[in-house]
Amino acid sequence: MSKFKSSKTKGTPAISTSSLPDIIFMLLFFFMVTTQMRETSLRVKVKLPLATEIQKLEKKSLVSYIYIGPPTNVAIYGTESRIQLNDQYARVADVPEFVASEREARNEADRNLLTTSLKVHKDTKMGIVTDVKQELRKAGAFKINYSTLKGVNK
Amino acid sequence: MADIAFLLLIFFLVTTTMDVDSGITRRLPPPVEQPDVDIKVKERNVLNILVNKNNRLLVNGEPGDIKTLKEVVKDFMTPHFPDDPNFPEVEEKNVPLLGNIYASKGVISLKNDRGTSYDMYIKVQNELARAFNEIKDELAQSKFGTKTDKLSDEKREAINEAVPVRVSEAEPENIGDR
Repeated sequence: MSKFKSSKTKGTPAISTSSLPDIIFMLLFFFMVTTQMRETSLRVKVKLPLATEIQKLEKKSLVSYIYIGPPTNVAIYGTESRIQLNDQYARVADVPEFVASEREARNEADRNLLTTSLKVHKDTKMGIVTDVKQELRKAGAFKINYSTLKGVNK
Repeated sequence: MADIAFLLLIFFLVTTTMDVDSGITRRLPPPVEQPDVDIKVKERNVLNILVNKNNRLLVNGEPGDIKTLKEVVKDFMTPHFPDDPNFPEVEEKNVPLLGNIYASKGVISLKNDRGTSYDMYIKVQNELARAFNEIKDELAQSKFGTKTDKLSDEKREAINEAVPVRVSEAEPENIGDR
């Protein structure tokens, strides 16, 4: 009689894995929906400063980005802060053209809602930022956003 | 099937960026045609904040500290009644939903050097924003009983009208280099 007993396994039975594909699919769809590809590759280092009184940028499609910071390739471009528009380095004088082309790419109704987000490395000197701001004023892009991270300064 | 799902899952896991863009929103003034024409503002209505290239502050001619800046600005911008010559003038304003209220005519004038670090500039802007937000919150608390961010849109609009954020940035001057 005991030969039937020995085939019985002891301990807890294995967890059912039949719902695993469902869980994986759920995760897959979650990441598929939330993901957004980066359009530009950064050529400048941008370590954002911290601030507490921040607002979220509402419409991503109505935001154009200006990156300012030290170049990633220090050996070729040095350490002096540079401006990056779209995918390449630019001079201050190129900013109005950039604003115009960004405006051109939007609907006519949305053009004056365009916000310029300044992503500036925290150790950048204000001189270059002021220059860019002056150019933005001249170009008529008055809505700006100093991009920061949420956090408390020590 | 599960392999493909896993592959896709890992791909999206790697490529996803969860950052939300946030920051301090400001409106730049339109360019001035004639920089010579000054708009006269009474001296008592202006709080001058200067930031030099060593990231030191000068608040109304006295050395200032970033830690106390918020209190100074808040004190300055809170309407003082009756009229106090050490503080900006107050005006009576009629704001919808709030009725007649006293509003300060004060202006914050911010000027920075070309050598000021961006980090410091953001710190100062942040402290200014904090001061204004606290004044707004106090007004909202006394009038509606809640903080500003919990108000309806039109009530918040009224609070924003009652406490205008008047931060003026001086026209940049080129003194020296970088």
